[in-house]
Amino acid sequence: MISVLEYGVGNIGSILNMIRRSGHECAPVGSPEGVASAERLILPGVGSFDFGMRALADRGLVEPIKEAVLSRGMPLLGVCLGMQMLCEGSDEGTLPGLGFIAGRCRRFQSTPEHPIKVPHMGWSPIRPTRDHPLLADLAPRSRFYFVHSFHAVCADPADRLAAADYGIEFSAMISRGPVMGAQFHPEKSHRFGMTMLSRFAGLSP
Amino acid sequence: MRPRLLPILLLSDGGLVKTVKFQSPRYVGDPINAVRIFNEKEVDEIAFLDIDAHRTGQGPNFALLADIATEAFMPFGYGGGVRTVEQAQRLFGLGVEKVILNSVLADDPDLVTRVANSAGSQSVVASIDCRRSWLGKYSVHVGGGKRSLGRAPAEYAREMERRGAGEIVINSVDRDGTMTGYDIELVGEVASAVGIPVVAAGGAGSLSDVQAAIRAGASAAAAGSLFVFHGRHRAVLINYPNPDELDAIFR
Repeated sequence: MISVLEYGVGNIGSILNMIRRSGHECAPVGSPEGVASAERLILPGVGSFDFGMRALADRGLVEPIKEAVLSRGMPLLGVCLGMQMLCEGSDEGTLPGLGFIAGRCRRFQSTPEHPIKVPHMGWSPIRPTRDHPLLADLAPRSRFYFVHSFHAVCADPADRLAAADYGIEFSAMISRGPVMGAQFHPEKSHRFGMTMLSRFAGLSP
Repeated sequence: MRPRLLPILLLSDGGLVKTVKFQSPRYVGDPINAVRIFNEKEVDEIAFLDIDAHRTGQGPNFALLADIATEAFMPFGYGGGVRTVEQAQRLFGLGVEKVILNSVLADDPDLVTRVANSAGSQSVVASIDCRRSWLGKYSVHVGGGKRSLGRAPAEYAREMERRGAGEIVINSVDRDGTMTGYDIELVGEVASAVGIPVVAAGGAGSLSDVQAAIRAGASAAAAGSLFVFHGRHRAVLINYPNPDELDAIFR
């Protein structure tokens, strides 16, 4: 069973749709008790960093998430803003993040030498930078759908799981222990994302 | 990053239609069936525009959109009849990725800001329909291309960017359904005016048209007829280029 955190930040409809289609069980959770009893949890999120952190805090979810991850090793997958909130903070806001992964989120910069449109919106391939169960079975020519203006910069390069390019090389996925993050939207990435969510469904503490 | 190529599908009375110059809607099939086929073809993205919802004031057909969202495993945009943040929120809750605003912005341009504040800029698309006068001057039109706002598209697009839109769709009413190619001048003008992604729409008849729009500065290209019709007699056949064809045109 995958629990998907519903906390008023972005839609969880498509995540639930895709997990169900992949043949796994899932349910939305929104309370501290729901988090405390989750086997594995997806932290979705779309919008600004502080908006997301405040929504977690307002619902009393920050401590239960930390408790579940740190004391019982609950697998946690942050998606998009949810991945950025796994870090210590972001240049987009002033509130601290969940702090599971050392580092901050920085904005993409368009420069005269490398002019880019921000946000990075579209499909990009990813390059695994180390072995991980989420990245097993990555099909040839896999591609994932990204929509973001900020990207996570890990203090420890070993926390990067996969890289992608947009003007610069950035972290498409990060992970430390039971905590994982995907900057892209697996739920919007056809069979490539479905495979990854199925892989997450198989992770245990 | 490879440019995006997306079908824009028109909804009318729960069915899919295709227009020519925003007129004479022709029934081309069932939306759910179309989404399933586009899923199999692994399209980059898909957008549905309800061409009646603004005029009738009925708002989005949430039941139909919920069914579409359940089948759409790609980014999914919706436009038509959205007038409030609450309607936008309900759409996001169903799994809609982007809300596309158009005619409503003539009277309530601040809606872009309100939706952007509640869901982020990446979730708000300002769609701009343009006509070209016999003097060659472009002007923004709303209400299904019927009412001119007397505004230049580049300046209007900049205003929408400033208000918080995360993306602009620039559509040529004159080229809609004609399959004679995008209005490249219009696309270039708008793409160079803003720092957010611009989607070219209206007139695509071939993949080389798509190539031309991207060269003109568009981040993505949208098409209707190109993906629902086949051959000289415009038989209905849902189609989309495979990854090799896409790589070839965008190389």
